Amino acid sequence: MTAHLTIARRALLGGTVAAAALTALAGQAFAQQDLVFLSTQLRPIEEAQKVRDLILKGAPKTTYVVDEPAPFTVRMKAEQDAGKRTVSVVGALHGELQPLAPMGSLDVIDDVAAKVAGRGIPAGLMELGKLGTGKQMYIPWMQATYVMVVKKDALPFLPAGADVNALTYEQLAAWGKAIQEKTGQRRIGFPAGPKGLMARFLQGNLLPSYTASMVTEFRSAEAEKAWSDFKAVWATVNPNASNYDFMQEPLMAGEVWIAWDHVARVKDALQAAPGDYQVVAPPAGPKGRAYMPVIAGLGITKGAPDRAGAVALIEHLTKPETQVITAREVGFFPVVNATLPADLPAGVKLLSEGVAKTQTAKDALVALLPVGLGDKGGEFNKVYFDTFQRIVLRNEPIRATLDAQAEVLRGIMNAAKAPCWAPDKASDGACPVK
Amino acid sequence: MTGPRRFLFVTGVITLCAWILVPIYLIALGSFGGRPAVFKWPKDWLPWNASLDAMLLFLRIEGVWNAAINSVIAAGLTMIFSILLGAPAGYALARFDFRGANAFRLLVLLTRAFPLAILALPLTVIFIKLGLYDTPFGVSLVHTALALPFAALVTASLFVGIPRELEEAAWVFGCTRWQAFTKVVLPLALPGVAAAAIFAFVISWNEVFAASVLTVRERTLTAYLLTVLSESPLHYRFAGGFILIVPSVLFIFAVRKYLFAMWGVSSK
Amino acid sequence: MTQSRWLPYALIAPAMVFLGIFFIVPLVQTIMLSFQGGSGFGLENYSKMVGDLNFGLAIKNTFLLVLTVIPLQVGLALAMGMMLQKMTAGRDVVLWIWTIPLGVSDLAAGLVWLALLQNTGYINSMLFAMGLIEGPTPWLNSETPVTLFVAVVLAEVWRATAIVLVILVGGLQLIPKEFGEAAEIFGAKPWTRFTRITLPLLKPSLQSALILRTVLAFEVFAVVYALGGRNFPVLVGEAYVWQRENQNYGVAAAYAVLVMIISLAATIFWLRALRTKPEAQA
Repeated sequence: MTAHLTIARRALLGGTVAAAALTALAGQAFAQQDLVFLSTQLRPIEEAQKVRDLILKGAPKTTYVVDEPAPFTVRMKAEQDAGKRTVSVVGALHGELQPLAPMGSLDVIDDVAAKVAGRGIPAGLMELGKLGTGKQMYIPWMQATYVMVVKKDALPFLPAGADVNALTYEQLAAWGKAIQEKTGQRRIGFPAGPKGLMARFLQGNLLPSYTASMVTEFRSAEAEKAWSDFKAVWATVNPNASNYDFMQEPLMAGEVWIAWDHVARVKDALQAAPGDYQVVAPPAGPKGRAYMPVIAGLGITKGAPDRAGAVALIEHLTKPETQVITAREVGFFPVVNATLPADLPAGVKLLSEGVAKTQTAKDALVALLPVGLGDKGGEFNKVYFDTFQRIVLRNEPIRATLDAQAEVLRGIMNAAKAPCWAPDKASDGACPVK
Repeated sequence: MTGPRRFLFVTGVITLCAWILVPIYLIALGSFGGRPAVFKWPKDWLPWNASLDAMLLFLRIEGVWNAAINSVIAAGLTMIFSILLGAPAGYALARFDFRGANAFRLLVLLTRAFPLAILALPLTVIFIKLGLYDTPFGVSLVHTALALPFAALVTASLFVGIPRELEEAAWVFGCTRWQAFTKVVLPLALPGVAAAAIFAFVISWNEVFAASVLTVRERTLTAYLLTVLSESPLHYRFAGGFILIVPSVLFIFAVRKYLFAMWGVSSK
Repeated sequence: MTQSRWLPYALIAPAMVFLGIFFIVPLVQTIMLSFQGGSGFGLENYSKMVGDLNFGLAIKNTFLLVLTVIPLQVGLALAMGMMLQKMTAGRDVVLWIWTIPLGVSDLAAGLVWLALLQNTGYINSMLFAMGLIEGPTPWLNSETPVTLFVAVVLAEVWRATAIVLVILVGGLQLIPKEFGEAAEIFGAKPWTRFTRITLPLLKPSLQSALILRTVLAFEVFAVVYALGGRNFPVLVGEAYVWQRENQNYGVAAAYAVLVMIISLAATIFWLRALRTKPEAQA
């Protein structure tokens, strides 16, 4: 019994000492202060490491921290509410930076805009960076888009008369069907998993290709046709697609031969075996070959702990040399006037050709990322994904589903009071859902 | 036990051990096999092509070690706080029939009944104001809120199991309530209390949502790995999963004596 | 004794104050949030939650999972506990192995089972070697809801049985051996001894284990997410999606409040069903 008691006392005493020591340690860790760069882009392990080792080389000493879009917004809001900033520079997609402006989290950076004026960033992109406020809120950082990757094994099954560089959705369905009949496998893939970007496909590629609209014609007869055609495509899509997040994985596994995704999310597959693939523009519908450009931007927080460092960091990241390194290492393309060197790695070269084909296709149709939705961006995506789930995965009737979801969409547009963006025609007030 | 029954018994024990261990062995295979192993079909069952690449990349990432230290600090503090706060409450629940006991019991359970991550936003604001944001100390406070119910309920069921007569006998012999507690009850309960402390440590070590919202630079290891894992290729995810499992296996191993000591008490 | 009137309150006071600051305050804020819609105070978030595509499925899946997993875990943990009691050699090693999952996070457990169950995973390799399947076969997508459910159950049983085991082992060790020995002398069969002596005496531990497990099971999320993604919606998963992806804190808060109410109901159920009287008063 006494032995037990000693143990008990020792344990209690030890506990108190340890608590004191740990608290001291914890306090110490908090004391240091430096330039924190919080980004929602370039999150995966290898890419984040490349940012730290290569892209930030020559910049002021920076702590590069990544976060997913939702915790990113939570953090910005919390720091804002508490009036105390840890983060100086934020790097995020246009749509993720948008809600920060009305929240008052972003500093006006007209001064930085003046400093990078000579970099040759297109005026249109700089305009986007004003977030509709008339003042520069972010500086464009890098751009990308969504493409189709085709494994050469799939080419022999291409339906007669179809050109892989100018596919239609009907041809894609026929192609998938031919592959399924000949190989016994469904080999088309879409990233419809929880981290996948399926909603962007529906908003930026499928619907505008049929309706020349993302919002207004949501429940039109053309949209009905888009969904029924896509259902035919889906019949030949690998059943695991609802688990795919990044298409490079199933491509490399050989599960999928034809995949749609963001360029940065197929890069590894292309890098691993550039000879095996071709990168082409996404399919076209009756109204054109819609595609969605993606813009990431850099902003400075209001009340940034190190504003001077933040400015220097943005200058560094928008230098042509840095932009070329970024393209080479992580597959995001320059926003500044920089020529990509001829010795690009083969995979990145394939991608840049694919992007060029997408942008310069005869029937190309630009569908912009949603503008002005504020914090409704997530629910906006949900409308499209839910519609997809109901029509395609759960086989609900198309007409009724579109009518119901249009109602939800209208509610979101009205709540956000967001005017239309391309390809929808400009509107006074909230973008209407017909 | 007779022959066939003994055979059945041993088979049962071995099957259950395999049920726990084989999956861990397989994820280890997956994490040391690199990318080719993930796509290999059919799979190898032995580590023919083991490589340390994925693992090494993890260990080289900037900040992994700092994150590991933060995790240890946060988990250590959580362990201490939740026992210091939880054990007295557990004792009160076990020994006294007081007004509000059930309400308190419910309150304690409530903390586990509510998805904590949803509280992250209001908590973050409070934390920044209190200067607790981005510190392992702050993380440990939230984790204590998570671990307290375990500590209180587990210790309560321990104290209930220790016959009250033992304590009363000590009072008869002139011990004060406190003396009776430290000399009679505590030694009997200590192994169980240690087990509750271990729960607290493990809960903190594994908690990821609160930790990732409440920190920026001073991430805990799990929070640090979460952003990395959720969007990395499979072989990194398996490597990360394995890295997360190793400390828990070692930790449970290190404290297995306490788990076993619980048996020592019963055999007296 | 006057002491015993204030003593219990003094003992719970530190925990109360702590939970008040770090739990009750943000909880109240969250509950308020769940009633704040676009147009002021009301049930807007709740009607949005109930009207959502995944709501019914999430309710169904969550309950189905809880009702399947809990009995399996308690049964398995009881069996393991009784085995440990019978064991002579190697008891500490076996106890160690069986409690390893205690330290494994949801995140890691999800990854472990993903490694086993993915298309080209180990379970498929084994089935292939046994000639049961012809090639990589998917089990975890929306076209295979039954196997997906089985996979989630397997992973949950693997991950979270250990905590039930440890609590029950803690209770088992407190049952005086003499009871069982006496019963044996009177000729009680092992099964009778188990149901008449062990189980009733185990009631307090069983109650703690069931309450904790049920409450935790209603919060199941990370494992499900790792294995099935959006193909198997559960309540807490929906709460996270509304918060993190849809960025609608109101609906997320509504889900959280719903989960809390369900968990509370389950807790009260167990408290009633396995009532244990605190010992007589001093």
